[in-house]
Parts: sequence; structure tokens; C-alpha cells
Amino acid sequence: MFQIKEQTPEYDVCIVGSGAGGGMAAKILAEAGLKIAMLEAGPDFDPADPKTQTQLKWYYESPRRGASTPTRGFGDMDMAYGDWEIEGEPYTRKGDSQFDWFRAHMLGGRTNHWGRISLRFGPLDFKRKDFDGKGDNWPISYDDISPYYDKVDKLIGVYGTRENIPNEPDGYFLPPPKPRLHELYLKKGVEKLGIPIIPARKSVLTKRINDSRGVCFYCQQCNRACNVYADFSSSSVLVKPARETGNMDLYVEAMVREVTTDENGRATGVSYISKHDRQEYKIKAKVVVLAASACSTARIMLNSKSDVHPNGIANSSGVLGHYLHDSTGASRSAILPELLDRTRYNEDGARGMHVYTPWWLNDKKDLGFTRGYHIEYGGGMYMPGYGTGFGMEHLNGRFPDKNGNMKKAGGYGLSFKEDVKRFYGARIGFAGRGESVPQKDNYCEIDPNVVDQWGIPVLRFNYHWTQDEINQAKHMQDTFEEIIHALGAVPNGEKPGPETNYGLEAPGRIIHEVGTTRMGDDKSTSVTNKYNQTHDVDNLFVMDGGVFVSQADKNPTWTILALAWRSSDYLVDQIKKMNL
Amino acid sequence: MMDRRSSLKYLFAGAAAAGFVFTACEPSQNQKVAGVPRKAENPFGFDRTPEELDRDLALVAGSYFTKDEEALINVLADIIIPDDGTYGSATDADVFTFINFMALDRPEFQLPLRGGLQWINHESNRRFNKQFVDLNSSQQIEIVEDIAYPFDAKPEFTHGARFFSTLRDLVACGYFTSKEGIDYIGYMGNTPHVWDGVPQEVLDEHGLAYDEKTLAECVDQSKRNEIMDWSDYVL
Repeated sequence: MFQIKEQTPEYDVCIVGSGAGGGMAAKILAEAGLKIAMLEAGPDFDPADPKTQTQLKWYYESPRRGASTPTRGFGDMDMAYGDWEIEGEPYTRKGDSQFDWFRAHMLGGRTNHWGRISLRFGPLDFKRKDFDGKGDNWPISYDDISPYYDKVDKLIGVYGTRENIPNEPDGYFLPPPKPRLHELYLKKGVEKLGIPIIPARKSVLTKRINDSRGVCFYCQQCNRACNVYADFSSSSVLVKPARETGNMDLYVEAMVREVTTDENGRATGVSYISKHDRQEYKIKAKVVVLAASACSTARIMLNSKSDVHPNGIANSSGVLGHYLHDSTGASRSAILPELLDRTRYNEDGARGMHVYTPWWLNDKKDLGFTRGYHIEYGGGMYMPGYGTGFGMEHLNGRFPDKNGNMKKAGGYGLSFKEDVKRFYGARIGFAGRGESVPQKDNYCEIDPNVVDQWGIPVLRFNYHWTQDEINQAKHMQDTFEEIIHALGAVPNGEKPGPETNYGLEAPGRIIHEVGTTRMGDDKSTSVTNKYNQTHDVDNLFVMDGGVFVSQADKNPTWTILALAWRSSDYLVDQIKKMNL
Repeated sequence: MMDRRSSLKYLFAGAAAAGFVFTACEPSQNQKVAGVPRKAENPFGFDRTPEELDRDLALVAGSYFTKDEEALINVLADIIIPDDGTYGSATDADVFTFINFMALDRPEFQLPLRGGLQWINHESNRRFNKQFVDLNSSQQIEIVEDIAYPFDAKPEFTHGARFFSTLRDLVACGYFTSKEGIDYIGYMGNTPHVWDGVPQEVLDEHGLAYDEKTLAECVDQSKRNEIMDWSDYVL
């Protein structure tokens, strides 16, 4: 008969999730000598394993030339086993809510393929309410976290430059790679407008930082996970050293259902379903660290109901799952005529942009929206993959050919063949990534009617953008057009207008979802204290993006890492003091 | 390796997920346990999860188009991308195999492609009383001219134009992602190298230069293998 099996022995700490937060917790806690169980919902993964390599493979090795599939939302060669929808693991949306949830089940999670944009939050980002009256302040300030940003910089490595820009704190940087040709054009055009454009800040090793990781060899493929560990993935940079301490057991293919508790409501471990045999198992631990990603962690907690915790564990405030927020995103592209028929050379660099624009209007209060955004730039002579040559009818009728003659859009034959070559590498892209104002009414909850294939009740999302985000997207589009005109470039497509909320992406699409277990000093309005420890259950911690009070316009990973390190130090200290 | 060995405990990496079972006492994650059948070798040469391998093996073994449709696709493909005397044509790059695969991988391609091919033959029969593949070259081009420019297509040709744009996308993609097409387009990367900026002759061509600040702050590639030293670094 079905029965729940207990594992022995009891661990000091059980960590759920192996991404940025779980990986950091594992490294710090295992190195402190604690006995760790790490649970991961997907398979083991090591970027250096040739069996799972996609780095340096050609798209023609893929029968679909690298196109996306239901199991790899970012394409065949991308190193995230996941997508916006996962078969057998649904989620739902209430009413006309929009929310798209990207999950990756594998050791290291989404850090194996992410963009490596590694930005510190600035002093203002922790205290936005003081400035604009919206949302809430964090219970910590920049000074509380900056020593940990320093440590993360040195442990993991990030390239960038010291710019001394207010609210864009500098770090312990590696030197950045040189800008590429389209980026030199961008610098010229953007600076003309008085908008800053500075070297990107990415966790890619342009120089060695130790003997266990290699240095970047510029293949432009960080999204495929680096075989020589020259970029940051939790799997290679954090979980691997944690395992090498001998203090950690790794449970893979383990789908955590809930946090188990004793009669006083303290955590005793977790229960999980093994994807291998569909049996339910228990892990016993003195402390539980949830780092399954903001929404997965909220789901586990909401599903952890008991007499002491009738609304889910550590949810006496009722805000568990609330204040869910993602970055805003809108984009545009253009053709830079100077790059038509450009000279060929190997332009592969570090993946993505070498330069970017940090938010430059912090002092303005009359913009019609509240929070800022940064601009990411794209372009260059990429490896041709799925989509190359698509939509030529939208390009070749708009530009004179080599002889200065206009032609009809579309076509065939030698002139079409030449056109694909002519436009290759001439496109530049603009993507705004902005801060939204967290709303209590944007939340995830347990759908009362739906379970996944493991029998676990699933999340239902309630989410609507506010006018702040829509107005911000409009500003992005206006800025993109200004830059495009300053460059002498020609925009592609119609400028997105009010009918599409100015191209504002659906919430969740930027994959920076945070806020579901936010930290605070007041236990009636927050789930954890300022050390990521839940108010209600002293031996339950959250170390993923769930604890964010607000997320700036900065990509969240560097802050997840710094907070997880800080929280892990606190956890070790509490154990030493016999408080846990 | 003893420490590592004792620290590894793969309790539930099952056949359904990883293709083989690991146990606590094994030194390598890649060893399989006797009795568990191993998955077929991965012929694709790049990472496929067991689920992906099953699906892709089934897809590459399948076919969607009939022989007649294949012949018609090939004729149209070489009209779209012909041999230029130095670089080959679409059929030289075997774009049909790619298009057939995509029709199976993304079934939403099936109806527009099959229906479009039928439209082509209907038009061919209407004008010349022959299937398209049996037309002479100038007859084929006469039809293609009417559907190759979607924004200029007459109302009676919009369906054909829509089909032709879809096929042109797939033919171009199949060609330009092939070895032949990559050579032709001139992509030179996907190999370890050291990016040290835009070549000087290209900068000159564009009248651009790296400014002093950029040169000073960017990585000195001759020192890339030295371990970063922050001892004199002021934050």
C-alpha cells in the first residue's frame, strides 16, 4: 500500500532548490560543517559534462536548427530544461489575469542559461517609498548588503567598470570586453542624447579568479552553460564546491510537496514525491531553507497546512504569495544602414551586450510613472539559427540596394539570396527592463480545483499591471525611437502604441518574478524578517527572490546571492548560539 | 576522490529521468546499474534529455509530405535560392529534410504548406494545364512573379503569396543554417577565440575608434590568464 517513507539520518539543514539562492546556501552552510540535504526537482547537471554539452555545437546539428520546443522554451541548444508551460505541471490564472511562469527543473535551475547581467541594487532601491511614496521600503539598507555584494563579486566574478553613478553602485569588477561595432555606433548615438551608456556588468570571467574555473573564450553562448565554468551557474560555481565538502547529499528528481511540522508548528523537514517511483518520502532536518524560486517556494508554503498554520506555513500575516512582481519589459529593433553588407570577421564576444544604459532619470518626479528602467542592447553577427532569413519581405523593400535602387519587398532567386547576406548583422535591438511597483493584489494562491501529475495542488495567478508600468513602457518606446533616430537607423515595424500597452510584456515574461515571501520588520505585513527567516517559524528560511520587497530595475540574481549569503551567515550564527 | 564519492548520493535519478539509475556507492554519476536498459545512443551529437531523444528520434524517422509534394518543394526551393556559381542551391543544402521535420515538429506548418502546394498546382493547371514541376522555367517564373512580392500581390494571388512567404522563410532558414549557407553568409565564429575589439581596418572603414577611456578600462587580453588581483583596487 501507499505509504510515506522516512529517510535517515536527520540533517542539519534541508535546502529545497539548487539555483542561485539554494546554491549559495549549500556552499556557505556545507563549508561551515553542517550536514545538508539538497533537493532538486530535476536531474543532476554539470556544465562540464560532455554528455549534456551544447556549447560550440552548430545549429545544423539540430534537425530544427535550434528552434524552441515544449521542453526547451529558449531553443534546442539552450541549457534550461524548462519552458513557460511544463507538461503535467500546470498552473492557472484567475479571470483576465496575465502571468506566464517559466520554470527550469535541473541542478542549478535557471542559472545555467541566464543572461549573467549582475547588477547591485543601489541605496535608493531599498528605500523607494521614501522617495515616491509607493510600495514599501526594505527593512535593510544598501549598507547592510554591500559587504555581501563585495564577497559575491570576488567569489563569482563579474566584469564592469567603476563609474561612480549614484544608485548604480560599483563593485569588485573584472575588466570588461571591448564593445563591438554596433555598440560603438550605439555609444555615439546614445551619448549624443545625453543618455549614459557604459560597459555591461556580467558574471563572465574575462580574467581568471581562481584555479578551478577557466577564462572566457568568447563563443557568445553563455546560455548554453560554459564547459570551462567561465560564467556563473549555480551548478558549477556553488553546488559543486558544496558537494566536494562531503557534507551534502543531493536528492534529484525530488518534487517537494510541503514543509512538515511538529505539534508546535516548527519545521521538521520536508516531504517530496520521487519522480522515479512516484512514492512520497520525508527528509528530516533541524532547519529548512526554501529556495525553489519565488513562486515554487510560495506554493510549497501555501500547501504546508496544519492546525498551527491553517493558511499555509509562516502565513499568519496573510501576505504569503502576495506582492508578486516581475520586471517590466518592452522592446524594439532597427536596421543600421552602415552595417549593411558589412565586412566579416569573428565577432563572437561574451553573450549578449557589452554595453548598456543604466536608469538615468532618478531625479525626475514628473515622468508620469514611478520607477525606472535600464536598456539592454542587442546586435551583431550571430551564428545563424532558426529564424535566419525569416520575414525578408519586411526588410528588403525598405532599403536601396547596392546600386541605390529600390526593389519590391520579398522576392526570390539570386537577389533574394544576396539580400539575406546583405542584412545579416545589420539589426540592432533595444530592450527596456524596468521596475514595477509591487501590489498586494498581484498574487499567487492555491487553485482549489487543480493538482499536478504528482498530486500537488497548483498555483493560480492573479496579476494586472498598473498604469505606472504602462506609462513606463511608453517612455521606453519613446526613448528607443529617439536613439534610433539619433543613430540614423531605421526602426522595424510600427511603434507599439496604447492598443498593446506600448509593447509591455505580460508579467512573468522577463523571468524576474519575486516578492511572494517578502521581508519586513512588521510580522503582520511580511513573511520573513530581514535575515530571510520566517517570522512565524524560526527554523524555516526563504533564500530565493521571494523575500524581495521591491526589485529595482536591476536583474535580481546578484541580490538573491548576496541575501542568501547574509542569511546563511546568520543561520550559522544562530546555530552556534543554540537558538536553532 | 573518496570525499566526493561519499558525498554523492543519487537516490532517485530514475530511468524515466536520466536514462539510468545511480546509487549511493558509485564513484561516477555516469555509471549505470546492471539490469536497467540504457537508452539508445544519442545520434544528434548534442544534449537531449530522454524525453527529447524519444520525441526527436520519432520525428526524424517520420515524413509528412508525399513524394509529389517533396518534388514540388524542391523545385520551388531552388527558385528561391539558386546556385550562384560559387555557393550551392537550397536543394544542395537539403532544405527539404529541414522543412519536412519542421512540419512534423510544428504541425501548424502542415496545412498552410500542403494547401499552398495544392494552390500552386491549381494555378499551374489553370494557366498551363500542367503540374508546376512539369512547366518550363519561364512558365514557373511567371507564376512565382505573381506571388513573390506579398505587398504587391493582386487580390487573386494573395493566398499564393501568403504561402510563398512561408515557404521562403523555411527555405532561407534551412539554407542559411546549413554549412553551405553559413559559408556563404560569412559567419566566422562558434570557435574558441579571443575577442579583442573590432579589427582596425573595419574601424577605419567606419571612421570609428576606441576612445582612451575604453582602451584603458577594457581587458588586456595578454593578461587574461592571470588571476585577478584586487589588492590595490579602491571601491
